[in-house]
Amino acid sequence: MKSQSNALMDLLFKNLTRTFAFLVFILLAGIMLSLIWGSRESLSEYGLSFLWTNDWDPVRNVYGALVPITGTLLTSIIALIIAVPVSFGIAMFLTELSPVWLRRPLGTAIEMLAAIPSIIYGMWGLFVFVPLFQQYVQPHIIDFFDGVPVLGQIFGGPPFGIGVFTAGLILSIMIIPFIAAVMRDVFEVVPPMLKESAYGLGSTTWEVVWKVVLPYTKSGVIGGIMLGLGRALGETMAVTFVIGNSFNLPESVFAPSNSIASALANEFNEAGGMQKSALLELGLILFLITTIVLALSKILLLRLSKSEGTSH
Amino acid sequence: MFDSDSVVSLSNRVYRRRQIVNRVMLTLSGAAVAFGLFWLFWIIITLLTKGASALSFSLLTQPTPPPGADGGLLNAIVGSVLMAAVATLIGTPVGVLAGTYLAEYGNRGWLAPATRFLNDVLLSAPSIVIGLFIYAVYVAQVEHYSGWAGALALAIIVVPVVVRATDNMLMLVPNSLREAAAALGCPKWRIITLICYRAARSGMITGVLLAVARISGETAPLLFTALNNQFLSFNMNAPIANLPVVIFQYAASPFEDWNRLAWAGAVLITLLVLGINILARSLFRNK
Repeated sequence: MKSQSNALMDLLFKNLTRTFAFLVFILLAGIMLSLIWGSRESLSEYGLSFLWTNDWDPVRNVYGALVPITGTLLTSIIALIIAVPVSFGIAMFLTELSPVWLRRPLGTAIEMLAAIPSIIYGMWGLFVFVPLFQQYVQPHIIDFFDGVPVLGQIFGGPPFGIGVFTAGLILSIMIIPFIAAVMRDVFEVVPPMLKESAYGLGSTTWEVVWKVVLPYTKSGVIGGIMLGLGRALGETMAVTFVIGNSFNLPESVFAPSNSIASALANEFNEAGGMQKSALLELGLILFLITTIVLALSKILLLRLSKSEGTSH
Repeated sequence: MFDSDSVVSLSNRVYRRRQIVNRVMLTLSGAAVAFGLFWLFWIIITLLTKGASALSFSLLTQPTPPPGADGGLLNAIVGSVLMAAVATLIGTPVGVLAGTYLAEYGNRGWLAPATRFLNDVLLSAPSIVIGLFIYAVYVAQVEHYSGWAGALALAIIVVPVVVRATDNMLMLVPNSLREAAAALGCPKWRIITLICYRAARSGMITGVLLAVARISGETAPLLFTALNNQFLSFNMNAPIANLPVVIFQYAASPFEDWNRLAWAGAVLITLLVLGINILARSLFRNK
């Protein structure tokens, strides 16, 4: 009797946990399907040309996603250009240079950058960083590159303070802790024997990191960068505050523009009909891009952990 | 061809160059850490200077005011606490049970590895898309914004964090514990609930705390679900005020006293989130 009820409970418990695991499994599909369903009007009206149409006009009721897609990609690329070398430096410092007692507090402090809510970054960015940047830094950068063929174009235009570059810079601060944490973790799995052999041959610390640690952890490092990219693409509030929210293709990195997430945050509640459908399609595009990027990141990280322990 | 002197000086030159490169790179690495800390301290100092002057007792006793009047953030705090509590109560059991399946039953079959993979994707999915999802499947169907919708959106953010923590922590429980219990005739569901959960408890609590910290500051998923409410309300079936959205609207407003309230709210949230994070870390370390 007793053992029978136990066998029953075993079965129940196992199936209960399996049901919830399945729930998590189908959640992602549910999000995707609901977004496709919500954007069906826009999907059937514009088709694929939605992706490269540079037109977002609620008055004429015409919508195209080129500006927000460009803004999202551009801000994320700027964020990566800044965040990747910095995160690499931080991870190298934490694993090779820092005295042992300092590792934990320093690591925690960097991780705290990830804990600060994104709306705080946005407020701080708009009200504290932007005025200082606009007054003291931006004019000098613009002057410096003025007249240089390509760079003059990239770093041109009037100093608004807000804009694509500011959004990218703030995004970079927000994703540094994620990339740095992954890099630190994968640097730590490098077998000490490998590093000590290199040191024993007379390598400098930099040579050990650049020529031994980095090649060994390559896929993990790229996985970490993809994770940061995934975060940057979908970041909403911080970008909404500082990107300028104008539906124009940016002429330089200092020009205001728009990103998918900030277009959603600003327009979704007031939108109706076709505009709402187009916004949901924007959400679908964002979700597809981030899912692909994050899945790639996960695959690369898995590949590294699989190769752990095999001989090289 | 070579006399010994020039060979020595050549190798010295190479050696010196390697040393200089090393020195430069190590300095840059230190500079990278300084770069990260610089922003952290700048943001915290900004919050303390701008927000501390706005902190007062009336924040906790009065609801948000019309422009030009005195007021606090009571309705926003109540709404945020209500939604975070409901989200945690929904998300934690779902996450714990799903994580249990991954760690305890998932060594065979396709479901566990696939779920683990998708869970990690969900963990970093843009939170604004989760808001859109709840809007599409709930708000648009009942045709009004509500606290329940906000709580559901936050719950979806809680789930992957708790799944990850439960899965990882249960994996760390030594198998000898499970085998010892099984040898005493303990059925599997009791091994998991009585022994594995206890052994993994502190790590799982850490996971839940980190999830709470994460949802306390989330703004994007609440914009299209909970919306906002000027008045104190405990009704979860209606639009409800919450700190992040109030901060968003008040920070962007032209009224100076609203801006001050936004900074006060920003300080409250940041202190709360950083506090929970530090608590969770120390809890896990002193296991």
